[in-house]
Amino acid sequence: MTYQTLQSLAQNLAKGACSSVEITQDYLNKINELNPSLNCFISVDPARSLAQAAQADQRRARGEAGPLTGIPLAHKDIFCAKDWLTTCGSKMLSNFVSPYDAHVVESLNAAGMVTLGKTNMDEFAMGSSNETSFFGAVHNPWDLNRVPGGSSGGSAAAVAAGLAPVATGTDTGGSIRQPAALTGICGLKPTYGTVSRYGMIAFASSLDQAGPMAHTAADLALLLNAMVGFDGRDSTSLERPSTDYTGQLTQSLKGLRIGLPKEFLAAGLAPEVEQAVAAAIAQYQQLGATFVDVTLPNMGLSVPVYYVLAPAEASSNLSRYDGVRYGHRAAEYVDLMDMYKRSRAEGFGAEVKRRILIGTYVLSHGYYDAYYIRAQKLRRLIAQDFVAAFAHCDVIMGPTSPTTAFKLGEKSADPLQMYLSDIYTIGVNLAGLPGMSIPCGFDGQGLPVGLQIIGNYFDEARMLNVAHQLQQVSDWHLRAPTAGVQL
Amino acid sequence: MKWEVVIGLETHAQLSTVSKIFSGASTAFGAVANSQACAVDIALPGVLPVLNTGAVERAIRFGLAVGGEVSPYSVFARKNYFYPDLPKGYQISQFELPIVVGGTLTITVGEQDKTIRLTRAHLEEDAGKSLHEEFRDRTGIDLNRAGTPLLEIVSEPDMRSAAEAVAYARTLHSLVRWIDVCDGNMQEGSFRCDANVSVRPMGSTVLGTRREIKNLNSFRFLQQAIDYEVQWQIGELEDGRSIQQATVLFDPASGETRMMRTKEDAHDYRYFPDPDLLPLAVSPERLAAVRAQMPMLPTERRQVLVDTYGLTVYDAAQLTASRELAEYFDRAAAGATEQVGKLCANWICGALSASLNEAGLDITQSRVSAQQLRGLVDRVLDQTLSNKMAKLVFDAMWLGEGDADQIIAAKGLKQISDSGELARVIDEILAAQPQLVADFKSGKEKAFNALVGQVMRATRGSANPQQVNDILRSKLAV
Repeated sequence: MTYQTLQSLAQNLAKGACSSVEITQDYLNKINELNPSLNCFISVDPARSLAQAAQADQRRARGEAGPLTGIPLAHKDIFCAKDWLTTCGSKMLSNFVSPYDAHVVESLNAAGMVTLGKTNMDEFAMGSSNETSFFGAVHNPWDLNRVPGGSSGGSAAAVAAGLAPVATGTDTGGSIRQPAALTGICGLKPTYGTVSRYGMIAFASSLDQAGPMAHTAADLALLLNAMVGFDGRDSTSLERPSTDYTGQLTQSLKGLRIGLPKEFLAAGLAPEVEQAVAAAIAQYQQLGATFVDVTLPNMGLSVPVYYVLAPAEASSNLSRYDGVRYGHRAAEYVDLMDMYKRSRAEGFGAEVKRRILIGTYVLSHGYYDAYYIRAQKLRRLIAQDFVAAFAHCDVIMGPTSPTTAFKLGEKSADPLQMYLSDIYTIGVNLAGLPGMSIPCGFDGQGLPVGLQIIGNYFDEARMLNVAHQLQQVSDWHLRAPTAGVQL
Repeated sequence: MKWEVVIGLETHAQLSTVSKIFSGASTAFGAVANSQACAVDIALPGVLPVLNTGAVERAIRFGLAVGGEVSPYSVFARKNYFYPDLPKGYQISQFELPIVVGGTLTITVGEQDKTIRLTRAHLEEDAGKSLHEEFRDRTGIDLNRAGTPLLEIVSEPDMRSAAEAVAYARTLHSLVRWIDVCDGNMQEGSFRCDANVSVRPMGSTVLGTRREIKNLNSFRFLQQAIDYEVQWQIGELEDGRSIQQATVLFDPASGETRMMRTKEDAHDYRYFPDPDLLPLAVSPERLAAVRAQMPMLPTERRQVLVDTYGLTVYDAAQLTASRELAEYFDRAAAGATEQVGKLCANWICGALSASLNEAGLDITQSRVSAQQLRGLVDRVLDQTLSNKMAKLVFDAMWLGEGDADQIIAAKGLKQISDSGELARVIDEILAAQPQLVADFKSGKEKAFNALVGQVMRATRGSANPQQVNDILRSKLAV
């Protein structure tokens, strides 16, 4: 299996070495060939993709091409895309064709990018393994018996297997970073408010954030450039001076202070993951960085806090799926209440129902203060821990996931085990900080390990610089999953 | 036993913004069903609310008008429940931290002023409409109204009779129109009240159990519903039963209230702050900017009228019942003396109001303009017209026959104030009526009135009555 970076494709397009139609056809062929065993796409529409590619070629011929014009990409099926089936991985929306584009889709269309398809995901982004999808589990290209992580597992697997050069994802508790780590690619969750949530189907509104997934830090920067920007349609979108995220990539890391929280070496961290992460961090010393011990004393609370707040918001966000206006409606019912109950019972899967129940419970009269309010207070403490840590360092590093990719079905019967796989990523969402994962090694079974880099608010350019510099002196990101995939 | 009635009102005033509170769709009334419901209003997956600053500005205006505290920081919360005309499955409202806290409204019942305390006023969105009658075996949903901005104004339980409740509702209705935050159209549901009613033994300081009458959209229904509810509650208590907390509906056809739901089937709305909306911050600068745009309020305006023109409080209150009426008066009385102002007030509160009422028009539709009315008043004041003649001129103006001067000329309605001319007429009458003169001289005062009547008849009412009196007295005294 081979792949090309966005950067190299862009160079080829710019040189006229190939056309967007050719590239797009190439990826569509790969999807056609490999998707049956990976299941990373929910929908593809070759005619539509090729038409978009042809438009991109015409635009280039008119001399109006931008840096991303003609580059194909895959969108997580959480983003509404006009006239595309937009399912969010759920039976509930299995018949929903969006009449409008999400901000992210609109922006990338405007940049001239070509949509290859919509990728598989955990149902309503609730999951860490992609096994909760109504459309079936996604298989990890490094080992088809293993999960790709989640919830952006379809996007991660597609990029890792070379079915798309780059993809969009969303990250509520680690849903970009953890699958990126488990499939050996790069993924970045920007600062909350950086990328508009308009048209991105809500899971937990105060935590959801869209971001790019790619092979290299440089590709992440290129894609991020086109995703960010103030959007008046999202009240939590931030108005900021525009940044070129590729601008600092080549800067030296001399003097970079890397914070190492001792809490990141918790019980449950696989020794091989710990070793690979430690080795990568050690490489930064040669790049001129220094290390600082920092502490995130409330990190242990982040999973319980998250599993109060995210379900609370989700229980309300998912109320609109009632079978009245669109989406799944039960075929038979006796009255209104029965219609609601049957439609939702049939339309939602077990994990979504579990979280709606948890969320409804913690918001209920008599429990609200003990759960929701308390969790909000702890959320503030968790954020303050990061602020305090960043007083002493520029970035924080550690593992993205405590383990490498686990086997399909291994954790699906035990939600608590599954929830703990996000222990290193969730705090970043609670604090609203930017975080990313880049490949940094492999375990004994040839499964990729991810290094997590957490930055201060709005420090994405610096984080990308830090990631890019490691990729100049290592080749973890260049490895393709040839060994694991016996197709 | 004597009972005391306790009433608190929750009023929904639809704010007069062009677009909805969280979307760009139009709020215009009466459009084809669902033609004014955009992606946000129908709650498509992925859409987000964006707060309409016009709605916030109107809420601030209201807060300033009632002397409430405009919160520097208020929060939108989600009120969660399932209903087909509630597309998101939650209503965005303000719960723990509303935009306006406190304030008062002064009402007048009879001659008595009374201050009603307000608890709060908060912003929220309206739901859509369920159409149960239009379709057989099915319910239609119209989401045009979904997302319409509302200000819910909650009073303390300070009212003690249906009359006070109606006076409160009328005063509030007048105020929201005065400060231009709500069109007050009750037929279209732009202003509707829920009344919380309870009774307790006179002298008791403990509140009785209340029942809430929902959705009263006319002052008459408000009065009728409360009257019925009070009698019903007293009857229950006097028969030894207790009142259950409940929500009831008023049926205008029967004049009765009927139970909708009890406290037991009340929802747990699971309020929590809406993560899609930032807390609403109102800076001191923004507050000052809105304050600078505030019109003079009706109570201040009333005092100005009393001080400037010596109007009675009653007349001044009538003239400030609406901003349009007050502005009409201002135009009529522009640059006027106290005397002219008073006359303008009399004409507006008298003949003009009567004509408007009869024709079912409001002041903005008056067939007599303020300038025309002033022209009439000026002719009364310079004694061209007697009051009686002036009413004829007014009626002619109402029928569109022109200005006062045109009508006076056309009808030859000039009052005779020429004393030479009047003296000649009076001499003729005295000569023709020796019996009346004799009667008067023998002390019959009635005979004098009869002589005045003769003079007025001879002049076809155009004689200045005061002058007739004076001349007649002096001639008879000889």
